[in-house]
Amino acid sequence: MTAAVEITGITKRFGDVVAVDNIDLTIADGEFFALLGPSGCGKTTTLRMIAGLEFPTQGSLKIFGDEVGTLPPNKRPVNTVFQNYALFPHLNALDNVAFGLKMQGVKKSTAYSRALETIDLVQLSGMDTRKPSELSGGQQQRVALARALVNQPKVLLLDEPLGALDLKLRQEMQGELKNLQQNLGVSFVFVTHDQEEALTMSDRMAVMNEGKLLQVGTPEEIYEHPANRFVADFIGQTNLLEGRVVDAETVCLSNGARVTGFSDHPVGTEVAVSVRPERVRLGPRGESRPSETEVDGTAVDGATVDAATVDGAAVDGATVDAATVDGARVDGEVESITYLGNARVYRVRFDWMVIEVREENRPGATLHEPGTPVSVSWDPSAVSVVAD
Amino acid sequence: MTAVELPSDAESAVATPEFEAAAIRQESRRGFLLALPSYSYLVLFFAVPLVIVVVYSFATRNRFGGTDLSGWNLASYARLSEPIVRDILFRSLWLALLTTLICLVIAYPFAYYLATRTPVVRNLMLVFVMIPFWTNFLVRNYAWRVILGNDGPFTDVTEAVGLGERELLFSKTAVVLGLVYSFLPFMILPLYAAIERIDKRLLEASRDLYASGWQSFRKVLLPLSMPGVIAGSILVFVPSLGAYVTPDILGGSKTTLLGSYIVTQFLTARNWPFGAALSFVLMAVMLTTTVVYFRKGGRTL
Repeated sequence: MTAAVEITGITKRFGDVVAVDNIDLTIADGEFFALLGPSGCGKTTTLRMIAGLEFPTQGSLKIFGDEVGTLPPNKRPVNTVFQNYALFPHLNALDNVAFGLKMQGVKKSTAYSRALETIDLVQLSGMDTRKPSELSGGQQQRVALARALVNQPKVLLLDEPLGALDLKLRQEMQGELKNLQQNLGVSFVFVTHDQEEALTMSDRMAVMNEGKLLQVGTPEEIYEHPANRFVADFIGQTNLLEGRVVDAETVCLSNGARVTGFSDHPVGTEVAVSVRPERVRLGPRGESRPSETEVDGTAVDGATVDAATVDGAAVDGATVDAATVDGARVDGEVESITYLGNARVYRVRFDWMVIEVREENRPGATLHEPGTPVSVSWDPSAVSVVAD
Repeated sequence: MTAVELPSDAESAVATPEFEAAAIRQESRRGFLLALPSYSYLVLFFAVPLVIVVVYSFATRNRFGGTDLSGWNLASYARLSEPIVRDILFRSLWLALLTTLICLVIAYPFAYYLATRTPVVRNLMLVFVMIPFWTNFLVRNYAWRVILGNDGPFTDVTEAVGLGERELLFSKTAVVLGLVYSFLPFMILPLYAAIERIDKRLLEASRDLYASGWQSFRKVLLPLSMPGVIAGSILVFVPSLGAYVTPDILGGSKTTLLGSYIVTQFLTARNWPFGAALSFVLMAVMLTTTVVYFRKGGRTL
């Protein structure tokens, strides 16, 4: 099967600034693909190059096997839903939607009837004679969508299409967009800076930063196995515990504590252990601990730790068994609590490090007041060891 | 903002409808005071002379070249249908229209170019556009007389390219050339302002929706810049129609236009009522054009 979009070695420079730095990317036919990254990471530039609104400085860009890198936008089988929609303010909704067909020389009556069908498809029936200024943000968004879809593009490009909508509407549109894409079977390439949006909507996603492509994969792959520190930090919430690789399954944190963390980085590599707040268990200190030998509230468990090597942190030899069960565990104190409604996020301090722990707000969930000594533990398979 | 003075009970901190009404009154009073100087100026030096012109247009010229403010009649307006007056009227309209069109065609691409430059380049070029205003209008028109006249640079060029000794001076072409030169900035500035305001992503969107460059201009840029086209056209058409200096200096006696004809009525022919009637009709034509143009533009927007 031919890829919908095939980008090979694309670089885009604006003067001295490298906006997109030698990226390779393949987007399959019928795929919902998200380009994710912070502002200025090159995601929009990449989208604009696919649309033909920017020309690559270098590299090859194919759409369904045809090289299009040097074609103007009107010669490409793609359409764009622009950020803030870019609806023509002097045309009503119907004329906005019919615009592309008319420009392609479709007969007027055909163009209008197809435009009306598409307006129905995006659930805007009856709004066709309104000017964009007479439509709400959500309705404008739908017109923009219809204006692009009516041309039956082979790939639909969306540049932060939901960015201007309020939360409720955004969530609603996320579902609708996803449904629409599945029904139409067309590839959607979706630019967003909202990692949650990318995770919930896309089949596959690419994370970009500073013009470089950092990781491509399914949302699950990226969330569970971030390729590096940036991806781990950018996608979802995480605790990054700085340290150094000791061996294939151990990381020595910068306070000397050792935790289990599987990685194939060479010994001595500076890494961070990424622990997701929702993967961390929180319990009262001492509970499930066979012995209480900690000295100053900074106890670290680790199967490979020699008690003598850890300075300022008492290692509890008796918890060796616990470590193999719990994987890793630190003792600390609750510093503050953020109430999120459906969950509470505890900031737990141990030494100078802070770990955020997210606990679902279930009935009967224990509330740990600030100042409470607690014990924090997690499963070693729940962490990822990431380098820069 | 300074605090609004309370109408009566200054110690009251609770908002009342009376307080609100007083605040609104004070706001509108302040606006009126700010506008008062220009209001008075306009009434004194614009409205009053205008009324005088209208009154004179119904008066009678006496045998000595003076004006009798009695025996009111429409004789001056009746003269407008005389062939010579009609010719002058149509010639003036035609040249003003031509000037406007040429200005539009020249100014539009330039204004677009200007609107798409970086701010530094933009400002620099706007200064260039305004430089001619720093020299006296009359002097600049005389300069054109030198350029277009006998043995001037223009004839040098026509000779050099083998067209022989051509002289443009004292022709309609020269007048249009001079008018375009004089009023071009009045077309560029509003067009620039209008185009600059247009979201350039709309042009990208049109290209994305299969419009060619020309279609993009025709269907998106031009309709959206219509306010600038209208404002610029009025700013060029109106002064071109009543132009006096340029046609007088570059047009010579063969191409009398409305402006010069009116001046002649007042200074040479000493027929003030007729001159006043001509002025009034000219103004009415301009006003109608403006209103119609605005209305039409307003509908298409």
